[in-house]
Amino acid sequence: MSQLAQPTLGRAPVALAPTQPLTLRINGENRTLNVAPWTTLLDALREYLDLTGTKKGCDHGQCGACTVLVNGKRINSCLSLAVMQESEDITTIEGIGTAEELHPLQQAFIDHDAFQCGYCTPGQICSAVALLKEGRGKTEAEVRDLMSGNLCRCGAYTNILSAVMEVVNAQKA
Amino acid sequence: MSQTIANPPVVRLGTDYIGKPTSRVDGTAKVTGAAKYAAEYNVPNLLYGVVVCSHITKGRITKIHAADVLAVPGVVQVFSHENVPSLAWFDHNYKDDVAPGGSPFRPLHEPEIRFNMQPVALVVADTFELARYAASILEIEYEVEPHETDLEKKRDDGYEPGRGKSGWMPPPPPRGNPNQAYRKAPHQHEAEYIHLAQHHNPMEMFATTVEWLGDGQKLNIFDKTQGAYNVQQYITKIFGLSKEEARVITKYTGGGFGSGLRPQYQAFMAVLAALELKQSVRVSLTRQQMFSFGHRPHTLQYVKLAADDNGTLQALHHSALAETSQFEDFTENVVNWSGMLYQCENVKLKYQLAKADVFSPLDMRAPGAATGSYALEVAMDELAYKAGIDPLQFRLLNYADRDQNADKPFSSKKLRECYHQGAAKFGWDKRNPKPRSMRKNGKLVGYGMATGVWDATQKKAAAKACFTADGRLTVSSASNDIGTGTYTIMTQIAAQTLGLPLEAVTFVLGDTNLPEAPVQGGSWTAASVGSAVEAVCQDLGKSLLKLAQKMDDSPLKGVDFEDVQFVNGLIRRNDDIQQSVVIRDVLQANGEKELTAESGAAPDMMKQMGYSMHAHNAVFVEVQVDEELGTLHVTRVVNAVAAGRILNPKTARSQVLGSIVWGIGMALMEETIMDHGFGRFMNHNLAEYHIPVMADIHDLQVVFVEEEDEIVNPLGVKGIGEVGLLGVAAAISNAAFHATGKRVRDLPVLINKLM
Repeated sequence: MSQLAQPTLGRAPVALAPTQPLTLRINGENRTLNVAPWTTLLDALREYLDLTGTKKGCDHGQCGACTVLVNGKRINSCLSLAVMQESEDITTIEGIGTAEELHPLQQAFIDHDAFQCGYCTPGQICSAVALLKEGRGKTEAEVRDLMSGNLCRCGAYTNILSAVMEVVNAQKA
Repeated sequence: MSQTIANPPVVRLGTDYIGKPTSRVDGTAKVTGAAKYAAEYNVPNLLYGVVVCSHITKGRITKIHAADVLAVPGVVQVFSHENVPSLAWFDHNYKDDVAPGGSPFRPLHEPEIRFNMQPVALVVADTFELARYAASILEIEYEVEPHETDLEKKRDDGYEPGRGKSGWMPPPPPRGNPNQAYRKAPHQHEAEYIHLAQHHNPMEMFATTVEWLGDGQKLNIFDKTQGAYNVQQYITKIFGLSKEEARVITKYTGGGFGSGLRPQYQAFMAVLAALELKQSVRVSLTRQQMFSFGHRPHTLQYVKLAADDNGTLQALHHSALAETSQFEDFTENVVNWSGMLYQCENVKLKYQLAKADVFSPLDMRAPGAATGSYALEVAMDELAYKAGIDPLQFRLLNYADRDQNADKPFSSKKLRECYHQGAAKFGWDKRNPKPRSMRKNGKLVGYGMATGVWDATQKKAAAKACFTADGRLTVSSASNDIGTGTYTIMTQIAAQTLGLPLEAVTFVLGDTNLPEAPVQGGSWTAASVGSAVEAVCQDLGKSLLKLAQKMDDSPLKGVDFEDVQFVNGLIRRNDDIQQSVVIRDVLQANGEKELTAESGAAPDMMKQMGYSMHAHNAVFVEVQVDEELGTLHVTRVVNAVAAGRILNPKTARSQVLGSIVWGIGMALMEETIMDHGFGRFMNHNLAEYHIPVMADIHDLQVVFVEEEDEIVNPLGVKGIGEVGLLGVAAAISNAAFHATGKRVRDLPVLINKLM
């Protein structure tokens, strides 16, 4: 069994990259922060800018909880480094709508009870906002497929689908 | 200030909220990202801790090369068994409220390794990225010993567990003559049913942010947990802190499903680091580490059933062998349900554990029952086929009107109505019983059904209510909302009890500075905390009435609490509802700024002792199988639930929908596969541990069967967090058999097992 012991890693500490000032355009505002190149967009939002509406569910691009919009396109912010987004237009859940002025999808999520614990919800909503812009997802079957990158362990899928379809159909009308 | 309403409101009970579909009161916070979870309290001067886990399964640590890591600028400390300060010595200090029997695991306590991915060190640094990097280069040397993690190799090592955790019941003694009855019966079935480990995987990963408030003031502990008080008592006992020094706060919890019932090791580590470094610390686990602290146990079940030619059950044997760790006896009620779900005179139930080199299993949604009902309900389907009886008819023929395990009547049981209403909605009568007989669009179609039972439990809980002169009511209790809708249903109960508009009521939870509530689990929160909220609002109502009676010309003078009603913002007389007082005027008229009450509720043992109290469900499933493509889809599910009074049909429906999704995962996808050579879970991430996605979910329907129950608690609620999951995996398995003619007895029902 001894061959299963952890091998010596042989990894001496390397010189660490210094932090550098970085300006990100988030929800229409320029925000400057000091980060090293290894900081993901997700960690930049949550740990450096206190924009904690964007969630970390796996840190591996497997769950979709960290979905944000970059130039209107949905991405997993855990798979992107903050320094890669310097000149881009980033939208997080905080920029989708406010308590006083909810986005129609946010209102539809409340009306259809499209969440339980709420942890995947910002990612689901950002993903659906982008889906509406993509010009795809006109039928229930398409929406089911195109929203399948966002996991929900509470199993609110039936109600998420109803919420998204309400807004899809309102746009069609 | 008193007044007579000239025109009483048309809607007589405008403030009746219980039983009405109500949107979540925390909905806006959740859809805007304002709801803060444990890792999201960005307190000043925060350090970050990253946990290092063992690569080996059994043995001991011989050397930790901490110095190399500490040399990295920005790394603050490496905590391990080598430098943890002297902490509580006795086991009982490490026992939490829901700990199983045995000796709890103590993080960073000793060099011994007892399971793979055992947390062995915490690396603390100035930033998260640095801590993560430093943890990745921490070299640890081990002395490896042989391990055994495979339950299959422990088939002969089963033992009857001793004292288990709270709520666990050893199986009742056998009744009748099950062996003889089995032998004599014309229709017999026996088989083994197996499932591997499964993991909860709530979307939020476990995390604790400890805010250091200074010596003598100590800690705010923002923790992901299903029980703030449980974490507080665990932390205070281990670290020798007073309750004032360790306030635990958990306002939002990103899913639990049982994973947060016990305090998890990141809470211990974050507190340890904050106390030692006298600074705020956050420790978040990785998704891989979410597979390191408890799971639904790998279980082997054996069921033997026999029936006569009329379809009457003659004998029922159900035994289970489940894995547990080397240090704790994790127990769950797997087989007991089989002795009460059907009428049967000859029953033998057996439950055993076997020790393996794994971490202790952990309650996972409908613990024991989800597993037990799977085996029993597939076996019932198999016997129904052998006896040539429709599976639904077979269950109706053997309907239990009395709990034979406890020899007590049920406080209420509307399972028969679940069968009838569920079958009607589903269209069960259109089923051709012959396997492989139904087709649609070139696919094989299968119909299957199953059923389940879960405890209706009430625990002791306390609550506080505070009514202020601006007409606002704040009610609080240190309960939790893991997505169950606690915030909303408690607001509904409080608003209705005091006749106030929903908007005037705030419910506060998740804080050990609030009155104590039990951990959120077992489907008991609505019954326990709901009863406490109702009680404290009634107490406050009594005080309000007294004050109202002091008002000039009060029309309520001389009447008792029972003689008035709190409705539409008024206290009014039952005998003349036009005689009333506006509630929000009461404090102002008396010159009071606020009025508070503290109270609680506990189960009425005298009333309950003569009854067996349970919720039931019946599940009907349609699957479609494409044999050429090798796909199986659950195209339709009807889940009929009888769980007493439904406080909020909107959120309750969502809970049952979620249960169905869980059942689909359990039936078709979920298994944590261990490489027994390494003793390590191999698919410990969300790409390889499959859970349902939206594309897997089709037409799901929930039916709530009306059920009144005055025994379970004053509100008449039984709870619905678990019951909806029961029978789902079995019904899908049964439908898969009906579609394909192939019986799969080990979960998940993967297509390679059907082809």
